[in-house]
Amino acid sequence: MTAMLNVKDLRAYYGQVQALHGLNFSLNEGSLTTLLGANGAGKTTTLRAICNMVRSTGAIEFEGRPLSGRSTENIVRLGIAHVPQGRGTFTAMTVEENLQLGAISRRDGAAIVSDIERMYEHFPVLKQRHTQQAGTLSGGEQQMLAVARALMLRPRLMLLDEPSFGLAPLIVRDLFKILGKINREEKVTILVVEQNAQLALELADQAYVIETGRIVMSGGAKEIANNEDVRKSYLGY
Amino acid sequence: MSAAEEVVTEGQAIEAVPKRAMTMGTGTSLAVLILLIVVPLFVKNFIIFQMTMLLIYGVAVLALNILTGGSGQFSLGQSAFYAIGAYTSAILIEQYNVNYALTLPIAGLLCFAAGFLFGLPALRLSGVYLALATFALATAMPQLLKLGFFEHWTGGVQGLVVDKPDAPFGLPMSQDMWLYYFTLVITIAVYVGSVNLLRSRSGRAFMAIRDNEIAASSMGVNVALYKTLAFGVSAGITGIAGGLGAIAVQFVAPDSYTIQLAISLFLGMVVGGVGWLPGSFIGSAFIIFVPNIAEGISKGLSGAVFGVLLFLVIFLMPHGARQIAIVGQQLAARFRR
Amino acid sequence: MELFTNQILAGISTGAIYACMALAVVMIYQAIDHLNFAQGEMAMFSTFISWQMMQWGVPYWVAFVVTLILSFIAGIAIERILFKPLAKAPILTNVAGFIALYSIINSCAGLIWDFTIKQYPTPFGSSPFLGSQLISTHQAGMIGLTLLMLLGLFFFFRYTRMGLAMRAAASVPESARLVGINTSWMIALGWGMAAAIGSVAGMMIAPVVFLEPNMMLGVLIYGFAAAVLGGLTSPFGAVIGGFLVGIFENLVGTYIPGVGNELKLPIALALIITVLVVKPAGLFGRPIVKRV
Repeated sequence: MTAMLNVKDLRAYYGQVQALHGLNFSLNEGSLTTLLGANGAGKTTTLRAICNMVRSTGAIEFEGRPLSGRSTENIVRLGIAHVPQGRGTFTAMTVEENLQLGAISRRDGAAIVSDIERMYEHFPVLKQRHTQQAGTLSGGEQQMLAVARALMLRPRLMLLDEPSFGLAPLIVRDLFKILGKINREEKVTILVVEQNAQLALELADQAYVIETGRIVMSGGAKEIANNEDVRKSYLGY
Repeated sequence: MSAAEEVVTEGQAIEAVPKRAMTMGTGTSLAVLILLIVVPLFVKNFIIFQMTMLLIYGVAVLALNILTGGSGQFSLGQSAFYAIGAYTSAILIEQYNVNYALTLPIAGLLCFAAGFLFGLPALRLSGVYLALATFALATAMPQLLKLGFFEHWTGGVQGLVVDKPDAPFGLPMSQDMWLYYFTLVITIAVYVGSVNLLRSRSGRAFMAIRDNEIAASSMGVNVALYKTLAFGVSAGITGIAGGLGAIAVQFVAPDSYTIQLAISLFLGMVVGGVGWLPGSFIGSAFIIFVPNIAEGISKGLSGAVFGVLLFLVIFLMPHGARQIAIVGQQLAARFRR
Repeated sequence: MELFTNQILAGISTGAIYACMALAVVMIYQAIDHLNFAQGEMAMFSTFISWQMMQWGVPYWVAFVVTLILSFIAGIAIERILFKPLAKAPILTNVAGFIALYSIINSCAGLIWDFTIKQYPTPFGSSPFLGSQLISTHQAGMIGLTLLMLLGLFFFFRYTRMGLAMRAAASVPESARLVGINTSWMIALGWGMAAAIGSVAGMMIAPVVFLEPNMMLGVLIYGFAAAVLGGLTSPFGAVIGGFLVGIFENLVGTYIPGVGNELKLPIALALIITVLVVKPAGLFGRPIVKRV
């Protein structure tokens, strides 16, 4: 299996403060990986560093291409979709406009229209609200919209930052089911950053654990889930 | 056009200058002070006059720094308070024979009240809207001063001439030199007072409001009180500067206090470094000397040259002279090791 | 009563000028989230360029279109060269940049074309419009052109991909980058469009206020005021705001005793600010909910 994303010695900085201290990991094509860690561990920073939204050093390669020196928008155009923390919805625009924006860098007009229809099939609630202002949607609906918008890019890699944040458990379960479906059927490699370790480990096949800017554990999701320390620190039993 | 609400997470409009960086180190301050005291003894009267104006405008820029860098409120209207201070002093001296030194606290108090009153309706405005409101104030002032209704006091369009005071107790110095030292003492007093104000509880309240008004309010800071207080203090200090200006220039007229002055003071604050009090005097030097330099380079294009010089300054130091000071501090620290 | 109606109508005609300027102001605000003090000067300079072309024998509408295109390019160039380097600098530094730009343009215009007043032609003629003494054909033409631009902008933002991208870049820049939009270029485009609209404003205003380097200052202030009154996020509001400001100005001048030309401006501004105190987002703007 080829490594779709290769991260070597990633160090990231917020001003003078160093948040990541030399991360090394890779994502295999078609995998669904989760990055677990407590608040402030560096999970969000990792995703932001991949998209060059934070100052960093180190080598990041996507499908063999180095990402350093590219602007965020150019990295995205290579096929990486990033669903940021807080969803980043265009609240002033309609649901449909949000989806159109997801595809704004594409040129194939007819395919975009049919993709929007496909999103409505994945997420029927969005179809119901498609002319509504995105800011009036509930948290769960906005999260669906954020995922749908990311999919409109037809990405090969999707990064999700704490998609479960602020959502009721049932909704999170639904969302994760959809993510699994997307990973298997649409062949999208996924990296999910989560605090909600239990659900994330059920969904993923690979897992990494990050603590204060360093990866402390890596392996298959099941073995991580069964690991004594992980169970005590992140799963509560 | 939609009626849905736009949720804004307020980014910081005014950058926060850490408290201890608000002034210069003791060593530098002392050196500057000695220079300020000693240099006038060796230069011509005209240079002394320019140095006096540098201090006066420096005080006015300092006032703006307290308002904007301190409490985060934007003002393009300082020229109005400067004018009120100037006219107060002029009228008191010329028409009521009040001692020139006494006119300053009166001008200060009057302007404090004016600033406080202006701050009240301005409470609901911020950013762009506050800028417009203060702009309106600044453009109105010269016109108000020209109004026939006030002409008996203000001298109308022609303004008033003010007598320059002699050095007291028969001291052997020229009027310019006396006025310079008088201004220097007041400047030091204002500067020290301002530093203390910003370090005090009120100062912390100002800065809390500047950084995040909603959070400050939810922590119990009486935002309305402190915002209007900041306006008042800033206006009061500007008024004192105005009074000194009237005495130094020996003349007050409505067209001396136009929006141009307000814009100059704003530029002085930016060039010096917003929120960095010592920078007020660097900014003041910029607004006094650079226009002359520009005119010297090209009389026909003096405005363009000024603009280019201003661009150069802000490209090199987007955060104002404070940046140079920080670089200087870092170099000095490395030197010491 | 007739005086009142007349003043209202007269206000609407002068208001057309402010509406036009206000459109350009809102355009730039949509792109960069602040007001550009130098916009009036840019409009003035564009108008002088068109005048110069006509002096050289170029017919009006050709000069008009060429000026529009040149202004668009100049707007982009100014943003890329002078303001892109300041993108990470504090807002107040950018404001100082606008002031510097104002100074440069004003001074250059004064040197090239001097400060004497010049006549500027109107393509609409200046006979009474539909027989009315209060609105001339030029003013009607100006109102018409402004409304046309408004319509054009509406379609652009609502129905084109570029318009959608620009709106996205202005409202949530980070998310815009995450869908692949080059937000930096969107700002440059915004400047270009604002410069083009500003040039139209200048060319419409010049026949009325006469062409000279300082012709735009008063108009710009009223334009700002109109844009703010209408709500900075609403082009439609800007146009309505422009008309309202024109009416305010006229009524103040007519009905408040002792107010000469000089005090009209601050009083009009004061009135507008009063409206803002009551409705802080302007008449048609989206109320902004601030979150900590």
